[in-house]
Amino acid sequence: MAYVARKIPFVGTPDTNPETKPYFEGAGAGKLMIRRCTSCKKVHHYPRQLCPFCFNDCAWEEASGKGTIYTLSVMERANPPYAIGYVTLAEGPSMLTNFVDCELGALKIGQDVKVTFVKTEGDGPSLPFFTPV
Amino acid sequence: MSLKGAAYIAGAWEHPTRKAPDKSIALLHAECAKGALEDAGLTKDDIDGYFCAGDAPGGLGPLSMVDYMNLKCRHVDSTDVGGSSYQVAVGHAMEAIAAGRCNVALITLSGRPRSEGQATGTAPRPGNPAAPEMQFEYPYGPATANLYGMAAARHMYEYGTTSEQLAWIKVAASHHAQHNPHAMLRDVVTVEDVVNSPMVSTPLHRLDCCVISDGGGALILTKPEIAKSLKRPLVKVIGVGESPKHQMGGNIDLTYTAARWSGPPAWEMAGIKPSDIKYASIYDSFTITVLMQLEDLGFCEKGQGGKFVADGNLISGVGKLPFNTDGGGLCSNHPANRGGITKIIEAVRQLRGEAHPAVQVPNCDLAIAHGTGGAIGTRHCGSTVILERE
Repeated sequence: MAYVARKIPFVGTPDTNPETKPYFEGAGAGKLMIRRCTSCKKVHHYPRQLCPFCFNDCAWEEASGKGTIYTLSVMERANPPYAIGYVTLAEGPSMLTNFVDCELGALKIGQDVKVTFVKTEGDGPSLPFFTPV
Repeated sequence: MSLKGAAYIAGAWEHPTRKAPDKSIALLHAECAKGALEDAGLTKDDIDGYFCAGDAPGGLGPLSMVDYMNLKCRHVDSTDVGGSSYQVAVGHAMEAIAAGRCNVALITLSGRPRSEGQATGTAPRPGNPAAPEMQFEYPYGPATANLYGMAAARHMYEYGTTSEQLAWIKVAASHHAQHNPHAMLRDVVTVEDVVNSPMVSTPLHRLDCCVISDGGGALILTKPEIAKSLKRPLVKVIGVGESPKHQMGGNIDLTYTAARWSGPPAWEMAGIKPSDIKYASIYDSFTITVLMQLEDLGFCEKGQGGKFVADGNLISGVGKLPFNTDGGGLCSNHPANRGGITKIIEAVRQLRGEAHPAVQVPNCDLAIAHGTGGAIGTRHCGSTVILERE
């Protein structure tokens, strides 16, 4: 099942939640931004101001963009079909994403993937997606 | 102080409709309330506590429905954790009754996604962009079926679970549904029927999914003195537990559900173990939901759910653990896209000896009704209720 691009919806704007605006600014510049706690040093996702492990402040950093597929599901009922999944980032946390520019039926759990960026529809921001290495 | 036995389920009623385009959601709630009161032998004026969740119309928790039904309440609760809200409500009602905050608690659920043409499992539903996860999830198309599909795929990867094993869960539900005149899907199906049905979202086929239906249900809980003054068989609440599970900051593990956490306090309160259970109502939004909850509630070892459900082990009169003998969400109904209350209602029927004779479990004295609300692929709540016939 070949990948066919679909319109990517976005609700609100990057300004809706000031806390996460740098994430979308980073994506627009081709960077996957993640949050690392300045105290416990753990990385989390989705990004928050306060660390979800210890409630201390976090700082933004650019992720390597490398990861492996934790799980996926191909929504065959959709037109076009699309593959949703979690990617476990090299930095630790897993993030929800879609897999693009690939044969959807060939995707496997444990497969190495890398980040790529896709513009959402209308005036929406770019977002990180993943594709096989 | 243990809450064990602090409340009884005195009334239980399921709406027979599966498609109700000519009824308002408020009317469905009220019809369910009326049915449960008549079942209990109580009247509207006896209600002094009302419990509902996000399916109640109006937007301010219980307010519109207590107004519509003209209830005089001294305790209300509208904790909304999706389809598991009604098991949670049983626990909260028992706490309120034990604390003297109400004597007769009404719980209602109703909705009509079928009449409204909702593509419940396959169309992502946008929410408030201020929900902190929304902008990090919605663009990727999280429909219900693919959120459960991701969990099924990982379970297969880690434990070797197969589509044929998952299919046995639908097969069992269909064997029960053939005896339920209200069930939407009454044809008995085979493993081959399930795995050959169209793929919805890998690895879940159409027949791995629950139905989309209108309808609803209601429960009446009351304190022991009132329950024992009524003419219905006594169904005592002996164990409750609730717990949400989420993405844990990105530490994703989709191989287990919140039942791992809601089950133990319920078993401990009840003072029984899974092998004591004669009948199990297990939330069945998808076949994988059932398999994982059975593992997490302790009916089998983690990863062994596939073997446990195979070969008819969930079929009443055939297997060791009769489940969802009304046909469940997989075959009978899933009103408001929330199956929690119908799980409790069928457990009450079994304990009273009022299930269909073809599926009634002999000497059914201990039953469990477990709910899962939300999505096991992202956030959900597990809620467990253990009941005893006295």
